[in-house]
Amino acid sequence: MDQAAISGEIEAIAEAYQSSGAVETDVRLDYPPYRSSILRHPTKAPHQVDPEGIELWAPVFGHQDVDPFEADLTIQHRGEPLGERMRVTGRVTDGDGRPVRHQLVEIWQANAGGRYIHQRDQHPAALDPNFTGMGRCLTDSDGFYRFTTIKPGPYPWRNHHNAWRPAHIHFSLFGSEFTQRLVTQMYFPGDPLFALDPIYQAITDRAARDRLVATYDHDLTQHEWSLGFRWDVVLTGSHRTPLEEDHAA
Amino acid sequence: MTTLAPTPGQTVGPFFGFALPYDAGSELVPPTRPDAVRLHGRVLDGHGDPVPDALLELWQPGPDGRVVQRQGSFARDSYTFTGWGRAATDRTGRYRFSTLRPGGTPPYFAITVLARGLLDRLFTRAYLPGTLDDRLPDVPAERRHTIVAEADDRGFVFDIRLQGEDETVFFSYTQD
Ligand SMILES: [Fe+2]
Repeated sequence: MDQAAISGEIEAIAEAYQSSGAVETDVRLDYPPYRSSILRHPTKAPHQVDPEGIELWAPVFGHQDVDPFEADLTIQHRGEPLGERMRVTGRVTDGDGRPVRHQLVEIWQANAGGRYIHQRDQHPAALDPNFTGMGRCLTDSDGFYRFTTIKPGPYPWRNHHNAWRPAHIHFSLFGSEFTQRLVTQMYFPGDPLFALDPIYQAITDRAARDRLVATYDHDLTQHEWSLGFRWDVVLTGSHRTPLEEDHAA
Repeated sequence: MTTLAPTPGQTVGPFFGFALPYDAGSELVPPTRPDAVRLHGRVLDGHGDPVPDALLELWQPGPDGRVVQRQGSFARDSYTFTGWGRAATDRTGRYRFSTLRPGGTPPYFAITVLARGLLDRLFTRAYLPGTLDDRLPDVPAERRHTIVAEADDRGFVFDIRLQGEDETVFFSYTQD
């Protein structure tokens, strides 16, 4: 299976989506061009329920759990990691724009050469002794997270012959309710691999896909130090209580 | 008030093992505690084969049914029950948590499922054995057993089938 065949499948699904007139905001679970999804997606529609009890709450994380230094992935070893140093920051809100405060954000990524420290990563690119690629932080009282890291490289994978993932940072986010839990990937603007990637393209809607792409922000770039990228996250889910709704309105 | 479009999910991928699981992540309480129960089971794919690269998160109230709002899940002190934990599956697709019996009406474990090959997180509930049918969500009768844990000598067994004949019921939540 080569890229042309996978791209053909991606394009056929995209055309069917466009002619359907529907609007999807989520990623599809059933997306055959991503081969590993074939046996791992539920075939039945999710059962819709009103969230209740524990689902209306989120776990609490705090300074006991997260050291502020964990937000800087470039200081975890003796020397500086290789690669383009950058800051990534953004705001986490719910669907009404209310900040998700003091909540956990976790990231993990490949190094500048596209290699993960994970033992199953067999990509023959160098490991960087000064880079692990894992960071955590808590959002501030306005919902902002801030990381300092290096730009990850694209990397090959075995979905099909000559398959490459666009550069990305994995993000894990909690909301103010269990139902808002999100695990996703942040991408970089203008990546030439976007059109070829069956994971990114599993979000069939162009506007929804674009929401995973960070924006270069020169105001976040620091003189002779690091580039700056901005990426905001919206966690939807049901609202906690009618009371809170009233306050917000 | 504007409604913002949600940020879509993406798969957790194959390489989360060095980043997300952590020491004692699956031990909400030490297994040696007298009131500790084990919640364990397997994650299986559409062929019934084990999924060795899945990650489950558990979120539950304490035995009194109260929601816990305490930090410390990443820095367990053996005494504080936070109600939250995380467990990766092993080579045979098995996961296990050491926790307390949840309270609530009716009690259930809320579970988030992540895996390589799974493009977005899934939510399910593991109700306790013996939960009356009329207390369960209104799912087809033949699928009810997929959201009810079975009892064993040390707690509960709950298998998760991502696909296939006995596919687990996964939930989506209504929004207003
Ligand atoms: Fe990745």
